[in-house]
Amino acid sequence: MDIIVSEVSKSFGSNPVLDRFSAVFPENELTIIMGPSGCGKTTLLNILMGFVSPDSGSVSGVPEHKSAVFQEDRLCESFNAVSNVRLVCSRKVDKNTIIAHLERIGLKGSLSKPVSELSGGMRRRVAIVRAVLAESDVLFLDEPFKGLDYETKKAVMQYLKDNMGKRTAIMVTHDMDEVRALGGKLITMPGESVSL
Amino acid sequence: MSDKRNMEKAAAIVFALVVWQAGAMLLNNPLLLVTPVAVVRRLFSLLTEPDFFSTVVFSFVRIVSGFFLALASGSLLAVIAGRFRPVETLLWPFMTAIKSVPVASFIILCLIWLSSKNLSVFISFLMVLPIVYTNMLQGIKSTDAKLLEMAWLFRVSWIKKLKYIHIPQLKPFIFSACSVSIGLAWKSGIAAEVIGIPDGSIGEKLYEAKVYLSSGDLFAWTVIIISLSIAFEKLFLFMLKKLFAGLEGA
Repeated sequence: MDIIVSEVSKSFGSNPVLDRFSAVFPENELTIIMGPSGCGKTTLLNILMGFVSPDSGSVSGVPEHKSAVFQEDRLCESFNAVSNVRLVCSRKVDKNTIIAHLERIGLKGSLSKPVSELSGGMRRRVAIVRAVLAESDVLFLDEPFKGLDYETKKAVMQYLKDNMGKRTAIMVTHDMDEVRALGGKLITMPGESVSL
Repeated sequence: MSDKRNMEKAAAIVFALVVWQAGAMLLNNPLLLVTPVAVVRRLFSLLTEPDFFSTVVFSFVRIVSGFFLALASGSLLAVIAGRFRPVETLLWPFMTAIKSVPVASFIILCLIWLSSKNLSVFISFLMVLPIVYTNMLQGIKSTDAKLLEMAWLFRVSWIKKLKYIHIPQLKPFIFSACSVSIGLAWKSGIAAEVIGIPDGSIGEKLYEAKVYLSSGDLFAWTVIIISLSIAFEKLFLFMLKKLFAGLEGA
């Protein structure tokens, strides 16, 4: 089922963030949202994730099983990378699978350290693996490659492409290169939607 | 750096003992101030007395029980108050009263309700309860809301939430509550025994020391109380640390 956002408005105090915003996020496809800072991209994701209720308008078709890479990493600081991923995984995902995924995106050698001791880029990758391995029908990605260097970003983008599987994905970014590399449907905020 | 600090501390203790010894020698009246050497001698003679260990066990079991009861109840009340704000408001006058009323008032009041034998359990419990409750509630309130959102989104089970989010965030508050309240449990528990004078307790020995004007006994039992309090605190905090390390490593 497609996710349909219809005429959604949201204000924080006297500051309107979304004004009658509408969009369709096709099922099992990647949709990328671009727009200048403060245009309401993260607020829209928060509404889709269920953290914030819109003042008016409606959202339909959001699956029950969700996963996300948040703007902040939101990791459990005193636990290592494997434990952080394990936290959200079902029993079907064993420890070796988690380790293989973390190693694939360059975290070999840092698996036993508490995530508080990892660099910003490493923590970001842990958050990405966590979102990918969680059993979900929709994946929300809020600037997922923030803080990654060029080579790492390329590798992580490839990892994401290979492992997103058949699920709806909605990504927020500022970077046109990421849009080109990942493809999918592009929505500019506020504005039109384009298929790449 | 730590070795240097330990050396400084050891030197400070030696200095304090020297001042004490010099003061006692100047006064030259063991009734007013006994020398540290005499205290050590009395301490060793106490160790050989037949009822020494039963006296220590009597007070230890009751004070430590009071502490554990308060730890469990304070934590439970904090969880409930953290979840339901009206409970926090309802508990506020009780906790404030316990914190501000002098311990001696409670001891005398409780002597009317309870047998003197178990008075130290209740008084230790009462003095520790608001400290554990306040610290735990503060910890619960400062739990990272963004982590809870993450857990909600990923449909993390409550047991995993407890292990990965709540317990690690509460850890510093639990340590702080325990390290402050263990000493207080001992102080208030012994005070309850001194006033209630239950047979075979450390408090009774302190009371006898007062009656017979035996400064040596008073100082020796005080050293024993301090040693028991510190030993229990160190052991308990060590085990707590191990428990948390086990949880985080599991």
